[in-house]
Amino acid sequence: MAALTTVARKAPAPAPTPPRGRRAAGPRRTPPVVLAFVLVPLLAEALWVFWPALQGFYLALTSWDGISAPRFVGLGNFREMIHDDIFRTAALDTALWLLLFGGLSALLGLATALLLQQERRGVGFYRAALFLPVVFSLVATALVWQAIYQPDGVLNQLLQAAGLGSLRHAWLADQDTALYAVIVPALWRQIGYVMVLYLAGLKGIDPVLYEAAKVDGAGRWQRLRHITLPQLRGVNAVVLSVIVIDSLRSFDVVWSLTRGGPYHSSELLSTYMYSTAFQSLRLGYGSALAVVIFLMAFGVIASYLVRAFQEAD
Amino acid sequence: MTTPHTSSSTTSAAALRRRRLSTAGFHAGAGALSLLWLLPIALVLVTSLRSFDDIAAHGLGSRPQSFTLGNFKQAWVDGGQQRALINSLAVTVPCVVVTLALAAMAAFALSRYEMPLRRSLLLLMLGGNLLPPQILLIPVSRLSELMGVYDTLPALIGVQVGFGVGFYVFVLHGFMRAIPAEIQQAAVVDGAGPWQIFRRIILPLTRPALAALSALSFTWIFNDLLWAITVLRSDSKMPITAALIGLQGQYVSMWNVIAAGSVIAAAPTVAVFLRFQRHFVAGLNLGAVK
Repeated sequence: MAALTTVARKAPAPAPTPPRGRRAAGPRRTPPVVLAFVLVPLLAEALWVFWPALQGFYLALTSWDGISAPRFVGLGNFREMIHDDIFRTAALDTALWLLLFGGLSALLGLATALLLQQERRGVGFYRAALFLPVVFSLVATALVWQAIYQPDGVLNQLLQAAGLGSLRHAWLADQDTALYAVIVPALWRQIGYVMVLYLAGLKGIDPVLYEAAKVDGAGRWQRLRHITLPQLRGVNAVVLSVIVIDSLRSFDVVWSLTRGGPYHSSELLSTYMYSTAFQSLRLGYGSALAVVIFLMAFGVIASYLVRAFQEAD
Repeated sequence: MTTPHTSSSTTSAAALRRRRLSTAGFHAGAGALSLLWLLPIALVLVTSLRSFDDIAAHGLGSRPQSFTLGNFKQAWVDGGQQRALINSLAVTVPCVVVTLALAAMAAFALSRYEMPLRRSLLLLMLGGNLLPPQILLIPVSRLSELMGVYDTLPALIGVQVGFGVGFYVFVLHGFMRAIPAEIQQAAVVDGAGPWQIFRRIILPLTRPALAALSALSFTWIFNDLLWAITVLRSDSKMPITAALIGLQGQYVSMWNVIAAGSVIAAAPTVAVFLRFQRHFVAGLNLGAVK
């Protein structure tokens, strides 16, 4: 169908000279209404996204307290980062977050999708149960888990009951466990989302491939390795983009649970950027931190756009 | 390996037993997993119905020995959840409508008409949506101050529409592109203008995608925290997510009230999900670029 439409669109356009001026208005001219259809949304996005983004990049090169005029300092903010211990912690935590939150949500999302891929009795309920947290806000999710993590909360009571009382912990107040304690709720909410993406991918695999493999005597594991995983390559790329972009955006769950503490032990670049900008009012340095986040996301954004470009005929 | 006739009845019985066993194993595994997933939700629901004294005396994880709906009243009235929920809906509903209307228009123009830089415009709009919001926070809060809308709901609506629209343009473009050109050509022959083609032909055909994206965007916008705390300041204007954080500070370790607040905050999106489950899942998959 795609081929058909392109042929149909290109057929009436043999004219090498593009019609310009009001008299040359042929069927190829874009009607003004149609232009407005594009321009209005584009202007809205330009006002709230493109223009602010350009300012953001510029502000990263300044020192600014929000009151007096921004002072241009070149790459000074980035030089400062090298000696900033909190920045180093936040960058490491962000990398860890990418690895653990991203990696585990992809793995467990795929695992649950494989478990629940077959249409059978009760599978709809199981899928809905895993998916339900996806619709909760991260703030609500955080508060649910905060209650679980309390010193007299369910987790500690379960440990006690299991005879592991020595492991009882103030999970969110301990520097060694805070970051991991924040990742768990984020995973709880993300796995269902990744599962849905993989379920759609699994559905798209031609069953003939499995039949053929079965005839050839391939076992369950071999079918997974040699058919399912290679066939999911497209979905994997999507999941990877979603995960990286979501990881770098993660803010709400950390902010509601620990504000990045205690002693910055669960600080991500996103929370550090927010507190630097809006609490310490170091707007220039905050912008520079945002640029670092942008640079980390850039590769994924670019590859996502390249794929989108190929898809947009 | 295959011993025909003689043992066929025993093998089929063994196969049946094996199948039963694997079914039971599946339900045990998937059931346990679902239970694990639903446990935190059940805990919040139970906690929201217990009295403070009960929790204080016996702990959060104890068997409930009280039942009260007072926590909801406390969160709703004293905790300001009522106003916050109204704020949330006053932002979310217009946002969904305006964003999807603008996105559908742009997607229509970009997918059904030849125009210069068509593909670049599409990707520019999508690219804006992929930016990490952090790079925009400071300038957007400044911009809303300059425009005199800082700390008002229209500022939040504006930034949500501006930031979200690119993604929906891209998804709807993919959907509209698949509509056969002949349908449109027939309308052109009949003398229909672009607006009529859009309203009468393309928009009705795009209904499934619009339904899916509405369910999805409702949840996203309703659940947002970052933009709200960037362009709003007064407690009286905050949406439910920010109000929930306020509740957390106001009722420190009063888990009964905090749980009730969380239930209130989650209820609208859960309702949308349960009502439009199929659209919702379809929306998530529409969004995935393959």
